[in-house]
Amino acid sequence: MELLSLHYEVSGTDFTCAGEASGKIKKNLKELGFPTNIVRNVAIAVYEGEINMVIHGGGGVIDVEISPDCISIVLADQGPGIPDVSLAMQEGYSTAPDNVRQLGFGAGMGLPNIKKYTDEMIIETEVGKGTTIKLKVFVN
Amino acid sequence: MTVKQLQEKLELTFLCGEEIAENREAEGCYCGDLLSWVMSRASENDVWLTVMGNINSIGVAVLADVACIVLTENASLDEDAKKRALENDVIILTTSKNSYQIASEISKLI
Ligand SMILES: Nc1ncnc2c1ncn2[C@@H]1O[C@H](COP(=O)(O)OP(=O)(O)O)[C@@H](O)[C@H]1O
Ligand SMILES: [Mg+2]
Repeated sequence: MELLSLHYEVSGTDFTCAGEASGKIKKNLKELGFPTNIVRNVAIAVYEGEINMVIHGGGGVIDVEISPDCISIVLADQGPGIPDVSLAMQEGYSTAPDNVRQLGFGAGMGLPNIKKYTDEMIIETEVGKGTTIKLKVFVN
Repeated sequence: MTVKQLQEKLELTFLCGEEIAENREAEGCYCGDLLSWVMSRASENDVWLTVMGNINSIGVAVLADVACIVLTENASLDEDAKKRALENDVIILTTSKNSYQIASEISKLI
């Protein structure tokens, strides 16, 4: 049984919107009564995905499906893709430009954080075509 | 202790959220300027000490559920960040002291 489906568009240029989708998802999950640690884990994963779409992916879409036992998240962009996924997954690895670092991003913690806070993470990426990240957070 | 009590004891200045500070508990403290780092490591109800006063800091404060942001060393708060903070009930304070000084004072209080 599905409780709720959410869809968000993420801008490819506007940093000021980053955090909006994750904030709304957090609010929804809270209102549905999910445990606080689940709400936090999902919010962090979506936030990092959102930021990556703005910084690296040229914008994209987020789809979330909420059911009582599982929250599924799909982050999809049509940006440059990730040439070496295992390198990108390493803590501290980042190709973020200086202007982005000055805003406090580019710590190279995004993908590792997403992995840490979700139960399932599948990255489908092709250079020149884009990146789709599929996530699952199980409740219990 | 509440954010309001902390503000009085540490002589911090409110930039926004003064009216909700009496009802917000502060239970710990976290220092950091790298947003991903802070978001995953700061605990709920921490006082967050940082020099990052941009709109993305507000997103992190909301997601991490920190008690408040303290902008140390008079770090500036962007206009759009202030607007977002007001919309999301994020308390922001400022001080001329650095994060080390404030953190060591907080450790004596909470
Ligand atoms: N959606 C994406 N599209 C293209 N490249 C990406 C995407 N997400 C991540 N990357 C690449 O993986 C690296 C590591 O990502 P991440 O761990 O989030 O660190 P950061 O965003 O701080 O650089 C990025 O610097 C970038 O090179
Ligand atoms: Mg990132």
